[in-house]
Amino acid sequence: MVRYIAGKFLFMLVSLFILVSLTFFLMKVIPGDPFMSERAVQPQIKARLMAQYGLDQPIPVQYVRYLGNVVQGDLGISMKYQNQDVTGRIAQTFKPSLQIGIFAIIISIIVGIVLGLIAALYHRKLIDHVAMTLAIIGIAVPSFVLATLIQYLFALKLGWFNVMGFSKPSDFVLPVAALAVQPIAFIARLTRSSMLEVLNSEYIKTAKAKGLNGFTIMTRHVVRNGILPVVTYVGPMTANVITGSVVIEQIFGIGGIGKVFVESITNRDYTMIMGVTIFYGVILMLARFITDILYVLIDPRIKLSGRKGA
Amino acid sequence: MAATGNPNPNKATADTASDPTIQQKSVSLWQDAMYRLSRNPVAMISLVILVIIILMAIIGPYMLPYNYYSNDLMNTNKAPSAEHWFGTDNLGRDMWVRTWMGARISLIVGFSAALIDLVIGIIYGAVMGYKGGRVDEVMNKISEILYSIPYLLIVILLLVVMEPGLPTIIFALAVTGWVTMSWIVRGEIMQLKNRDFILAARSMGASGSRQLFKHLLPNALGPIIVTVTLSVPSAIFSEAFLSFLGLGVQAPVSSLGSMINDALQGWNLYPWRMWFPAGLICLTMLAFNLLGDGLRDALDPKLRK
Repeated sequence: MVRYIAGKFLFMLVSLFILVSLTFFLMKVIPGDPFMSERAVQPQIKARLMAQYGLDQPIPVQYVRYLGNVVQGDLGISMKYQNQDVTGRIAQTFKPSLQIGIFAIIISIIVGIVLGLIAALYHRKLIDHVAMTLAIIGIAVPSFVLATLIQYLFALKLGWFNVMGFSKPSDFVLPVAALAVQPIAFIARLTRSSMLEVLNSEYIKTAKAKGLNGFTIMTRHVVRNGILPVVTYVGPMTANVITGSVVIEQIFGIGGIGKVFVESITNRDYTMIMGVTIFYGVILMLARFITDILYVLIDPRIKLSGRKGA
Repeated sequence: MAATGNPNPNKATADTASDPTIQQKSVSLWQDAMYRLSRNPVAMISLVILVIIILMAIIGPYMLPYNYYSNDLMNTNKAPSAEHWFGTDNLGRDMWVRTWMGARISLIVGFSAALIDLVIGIIYGAVMGYKGGRVDEVMNKISEILYSIPYLLIVILLLVVMEPGLPTIIFALAVTGWVTMSWIVRGEIMQLKNRDFILAARSMGASGSRQLFKHLLPNALGPIIVTVTLSVPSAIFSEAFLSFLGLGVQAPVSSLGSMINDALQGWNLYPWRMWFPAGLICLTMLAFNLLGDGLRDALDPKLRK
């Protein structure tokens, strides 16, 4: 098991290394230099600027230096706002994004599993059909469409919430809901199909035949086995929530990291784009890593064989 | 699902087989699957809706005497009317024409990205599954690493770096999208390659590529088709998302995503600018997803109950 986790950790580091290298070299492919927009800069001043940012060095040197800085958590200085360093900006704006992200993930997991479980238990009953219809609609509606829709309905027409801003606790409701609907739908579908499979399996029949009560069967056998595919979805879900939050912060006017990302894309602020990309990458890969560990804890088969699903 | 009245060849059991008049014709997997699909009303309605959307994306822009790029500043933000069926946008451009042009762009992106994914995924996955061993291990690790890098981040980076436009979007989506397909193909081929009919083909001297294209891939087609059907909407979604960030197709060309983005400014005053593209994209995604589900039910014999 230690070997399994160590392997996964190593894998995460390799992926991160590739992501960092990829962002670095992609940014070097862009023609021109970051000071092109500043018109009529004297060559001497430009040379000094280039030297200050280390851009006069050959690319391999810059690359090694960048890698070293990233490892130390230094993502460079914004190219648009010269007095701002990227790490600082991320640290400043990180909090609201984290809050809505975590809320959305927790709510998705709870609501999704409960919904899927109910649908599986009442298989082919009305409640199952209703839940699955809602789920497929939830999957089909892009989060930014949903966000504008609920903003229109609940904030603009009904006036229950603020249209924009992020100061009161009630301001959480709409963004979190917009972020959570798609993961809820996915988790509900996953849970339903895997629970159905478990419910039809031989060992559940055995458990029933032994005379175990329904509660024990559900908690010890059905849920524990049926939850495995849901655990694998935690990684992709984090990705979903992050990309979703980029748009949703824009729509609801939340000054989070997603907004910084969009701004830096519009401004072509390359160091900032690189920084946020790497930051997102780290979070996603951590989420995948945690998923892998959770998987071992839930599925004892991995402990023995050291391979997933073997 | 559609089990009743299904011409399952197994029903022609020994006692009926003796009477040639009752004996049923044998049904191939594909006829069976098509039959199942045709008995699934949700999937069939989705299919019809998709066909209509595709047709409208082709002919819709020519149904009104406007084009998608000319401004008409005398008629900005007009509500839907007899002249402008879906109203006009902030530059007086006809929304009906633009919505269907947008649908065309979105569909082009979805289908091309799915097609490229299909080709790369089949080749890569087939090599992994067929060769096995060391080759498989290395190639699989590479694809796993690619998969672990958040694809939208890479797409965004590519779009920032490269010239924005339709080919760039399709390229960026295809570069990152083929991994899932390759895993599906790999899994199928690994299961199939040890079966007797492959052994037979091999012992008769069939070359590797013949085994692959004549025997292995046709038998793996079901899951492949389902994956393609589901990867089209995900490409459409990604394109809409990117256009929403301003990284998609560039004006005056519109896609459904960029139209929704444009409509955000002042959309409580001009809601039709939002509803038509947003509704169309939801409908398209819904229809593809439901059709994909239906195809999965129809093609996967394991799901039959």
